[in-house]
Amino acid sequence: MTMTVIADSPVDLDAEGFMTDSSQWNEQVAEKLASENGIPELTDRHWLVVRFMRERYLETGTAPSIRSLGKESGVPVKELYQLFPKGPAKLAAKIGGIPKPRGCI
Amino acid sequence: MARKQIVILGGGTGGTMTANRLRRRFDADEAEIHVVDRDDKHVYQPGLLFVPFGMARLDEIVRPRRRQLRDGVVFHEQEIDSVSIERDEVVLADGAVLYYDVLVVSTGVRLQPEETDGLAGPGWNERVFTFYSPEGAEALRRALERFDGGRLVVNLVDMPIKCPVAPLEFAFLADWYLRERDVRGRTEIVYVTPLDSAFTKPTCARELTWLLTEKEIELVTDFNAGEVDGVGGKLVSYDGSEVDFDLLVTVPLHGGAAYVERSPGLGDALGFVPTDKQTLQAVAKPNVFALGDATDVPTSKAGSVAHFEAEVLAENVARYLDEQELDAGYDGHANCFIETGFRKALLIDFNYDIEPLPGRFPAWFGLPLMRESHVNHMGKLLFQWMYWNALLPGRDIPGIGPAMPTRGKKNLPVAN
Repeated sequence: MTMTVIADSPVDLDAEGFMTDSSQWNEQVAEKLASENGIPELTDRHWLVVRFMRERYLETGTAPSIRSLGKESGVPVKELYQLFPKGPAKLAAKIGGIPKPRGCI
Repeated sequence: MARKQIVILGGGTGGTMTANRLRRRFDADEAEIHVVDRDDKHVYQPGLLFVPFGMARLDEIVRPRRRQLRDGVVFHEQEIDSVSIERDEVVLADGAVLYYDVLVVSTGVRLQPEETDGLAGPGWNERVFTFYSPEGAEALRRALERFDGGRLVVNLVDMPIKCPVAPLEFAFLADWYLRERDVRGRTEIVYVTPLDSAFTKPTCARELTWLLTEKEIELVTDFNAGEVDGVGGKLVSYDGSEVDFDLLVTVPLHGGAAYVERSPGLGDALGFVPTDKQTLQAVAKPNVFALGDATDVPTSKAGSVAHFEAEVLAENVARYLDEQELDAGYDGHANCFIETGFRKALLIDFNYDIEPLPGRFPAWFGLPLMRESHVNHMGKLLFQWMYWNALLPGRDIPGIGPAMPTRGKKNLPVAN
């Protein structure tokens, strides 16, 4: 785990770049993490997904999988991949300041 | 106490073991026990892996559900319409209503090939197969018999799936089968997964990935299948990359049973039942319990899990009826044999907190863990006898219980 400063905020990251303390997150941090991960600008659709992920995690302790995102966030799976290329759930979790989704068991 | 009504939905691995354990525990005047299932075919699901290779026949792995239930358990062969959590009632498709004091949900999962564009369309059971259903496994057996080389692609669409190692075992067994038939030289086997490794557990990914190299299985990771062209032979990911196939063996998306979605408050968006991972009480209401593949507990969807859960669940149903505190006794214990072909297999054993470790199971004299061996393959084959004769009747097997054993394991983390 490393401590770093993103958008003037101190942030703890794990080896894969996921924040380990979700309370250190703010919107500026999200924008910076997004641009470092290939998303130059967060649109309203991006924010919808990022906020949904984050709220769900803070509520239940686990981040939703891509499939539940597609069913519940209001953004279909196909669009999720357009918004967050490669891995929507992982990328939205990273930008939303929550740990890597554990869906893989 | 007044006679209680216990209704168990699903007469598979978890439901049958639960019914039999509870039937032994309660006298006939203490509890009435009902099991509901839509058919009378109990499939020994681990056997499905062997059907495509002619190593098992459907008539050897399917038995009547009724016959696995103890006397005094009432079996209803009927579709479930819905559950009313509020009224403590199950409505069956024929309109009958079963009232319950305790409900146990053990209806497993439903395969959803229709959720992936094109997957269940043209080419299904011609060029595109799944061995996750008895009919699919049998159709694949006939296709493999005719298979004369080309690209054999094995793909799991997305987690969660039953028995996460099964598609990989399929690839290993296909390698062996095709070598024996002398067509391996003109066959490419490609394993395509949405995960970042062939294995779901990091220690397995580290220790066991060499198996794919040794068997010359090409690995494509981080591939999220969004569309299948079963006639043209193309698997297309959401980001537009493509994998060509002559024969596709797919593990379709899994969701909970359909009635869960028709039962307000019972399931989540995918139809799985939110369940306490230690007590197995459902979040929906204190008199609802769930086990096996039907739940959302964070461990593998596997028969061994249902087996270990059943012991804790039966205890907790009894405690609930007796108004006692529940036992938070399930630790996520799971184990599985991994067939690697050539009459060898690996064994892994783990729980919520401890990754698979090397050593022996269940103690120092037991089966080797995380190493290929012939004795593990024999173990996997003999297991079917144990399943019908010891596990389903709900008998305790000495040394193999809900708590993961640590005797015999190497490199255990130090408790803090």
